[in-house]
Amino acid sequence: MRVDNITLSLAWRNLWRHPRRTWLTVGAMVFSNILLVFMISLQFGMYRVMYDNSLSLITGHLQVQAEGYIDEPRMRSTVPAAGGLANALRQAMPANNVAVRAMAFALVSSAERSLGVQVVGVQPSYEPDVSNLPGLVKQGRFLKASDERAAVIGSSLSRNLKVGLGDELTLFGSGRDGSFAAGIANVVGIFESGSNDIDRSFMQIPLTEFQEVFFMGDQGHSIVVMTPDLFELEPAMSTIRSIVDADGLVVHDWDELQPGLRQSVQADMASAWFMYAVLIVLVAFSVLNTQLMSVLDRTREFGIVMALGLAPIRLGRLVFLETGIMAGLGLLLGVAAGSAVVSWFGFHGFTYPGLEEMSARFNLPGRIYPSASFASLIWGPSVVFLACLAAAIYPAAKLLRLQPVAAMRAA
Amino acid sequence: MSSVRCVALCRFFFQGDQTIKALDHVDLEIDEREFVCLSGPSGSGKTTLLNAIGGLDKPTSGEVWVAGKRIDTLGKSELANMRLHQIGFVFQAYNLIPVLTARENIEFVMQVQGVDPEQRRRRSMSILGEVGMDDMEDRRPAQLSGGQQQRVAVARAIVSKPAMVLADEPTANLDSVTAEHLMDLFVRLNETHDTTFVISTHDQRVMSYARRLIGMVDGRIVTDEAH
Repeated sequence: MRVDNITLSLAWRNLWRHPRRTWLTVGAMVFSNILLVFMISLQFGMYRVMYDNSLSLITGHLQVQAEGYIDEPRMRSTVPAAGGLANALRQAMPANNVAVRAMAFALVSSAERSLGVQVVGVQPSYEPDVSNLPGLVKQGRFLKASDERAAVIGSSLSRNLKVGLGDELTLFGSGRDGSFAAGIANVVGIFESGSNDIDRSFMQIPLTEFQEVFFMGDQGHSIVVMTPDLFELEPAMSTIRSIVDADGLVVHDWDELQPGLRQSVQADMASAWFMYAVLIVLVAFSVLNTQLMSVLDRTREFGIVMALGLAPIRLGRLVFLETGIMAGLGLLLGVAAGSAVVSWFGFHGFTYPGLEEMSARFNLPGRIYPSASFASLIWGPSVVFLACLAAAIYPAAKLLRLQPVAAMRAA
Repeated sequence: MSSVRCVALCRFFFQGDQTIKALDHVDLEIDEREFVCLSGPSGSGKTTLLNAIGGLDKPTSGEVWVAGKRIDTLGKSELANMRLHQIGFVFQAYNLIPVLTARENIEFVMQVQGVDPEQRRRRSMSILGEVGMDDMEDRRPAQLSGGQQQRVAVARAIVSKPAMVLADEPTANLDSVTAEHLMDLFVRLNETHDTTFVISTHDQRVMSYARRLIGMVDGRIVTDEAH
């Protein structure tokens, strides 16, 4: 669209004929842009917390596993020399946290009851670096490297088995080689993860104990890796691939390991976008109202300039330009103010009454920190900008139908 | 070569069952450099005829030719382009653009034509001097009297040297001295720039300047005589 000086000059002056009307419209745009920038940044921040908490409970960002284990977790699908391999990964990727796990199903018996339980062998020294489960121990303590015959169990499991701290549990299961596996563990800690499935069926014991009970030798089922940024996994994955060159081992990212997570975030996003769309439509209608009023106010003037030789299409451009200037002002001021708000909350965190208490129960941060990114700052205001331009189509189209004589007769 | 030619030109307005014949089969030919006045009572069709000649209004039937080109069949953009380059308008109500200053109003047409800024300024200042407004270039229409606004409107109409100026009751809101100055200016432009003038008026003083006087009644030309 070619914009000459006269169109620009007319557009600018027309806007400031009614400064209050212009500022009210720009104000609506600025307000919606601030709201969008803040809400989208907060949403992204919340998703980051959601991802972090969901992945740091069990899954981690990456896992090295035997090929096929992800679909069919068999005892015999193991990572050989898992401890040594984990050490090699720690050395190659000092910024990443690495821990070995092994898993088996076992019948766990207390003095009164027996239940099927997922028994997880963990490295007590490294597990707190890849999982927040150790931080969720509400009674007793988490495992130590020096522990023998120790276990931490979920709160629901402890209730179901009717055991408390110091009580003895007996494990019965199948070893890696198919032989009968049995062991004893004393409860040293009880955790509350906030997930009923985990609290009801999870038991953690030291990896060395697990390897001994289930005849695993030095093998594990997965090496869990937590990277500094869960959305920047490629460097870590390529390093791991270069080290894990043995046949039959693969690296999975969190999206493969926990496929529902991204979908649940996307579903939440879709509902949020709907709310944003309603906000944007409201702003667009306010612009439509302003521009329509403005066009109707100036019908006579438009007739004059048409009589002087201005083509109707240039009048349409004028309306678009006026809208574009207002929307541009709204975008600039909205993004600037929105960025300031996001920066403030990004530093101090955002909370509301009750959030900190509720979060503390699940070992979650009590404040949400909006995550400012180019997308979160620009996406919403850009859509507002485009929606405002779209709202100018109808007033501009009205001008195309204008007859100079009829327009000049307008009061 | 004729500047304007109208053939069986009709413009009817319909109000319910009633048909108002603003122009009723008007045949008219105006040569280049003519100074023509259209006279007649209110509702006789003077303004409607000027609007049709200027391409501001579509006739119901008939033909309108301007500078050898038939214009009643042109689209809005082509008509706007024709007005931009060939016709200057002076309206009874001045019709200045309120957000622009006197000089900017005068430069408006040149700016739309794409004349470079330096030339625009030179020509606008010159024409402001010609209409006696050279000290009021930065005033907006609201800061000018009726006579001053009409002089700016005239300056705007003639600054780009159109082949024809259509003036609708240009002196209706002016005092007699200002009206006389305006008509002197029109005559001078007609003589020096060879501009064709078609002026609609009730005013006997204006008619006295005309070299051809066309009388209209009920949308028809009833007299057409050299003056």
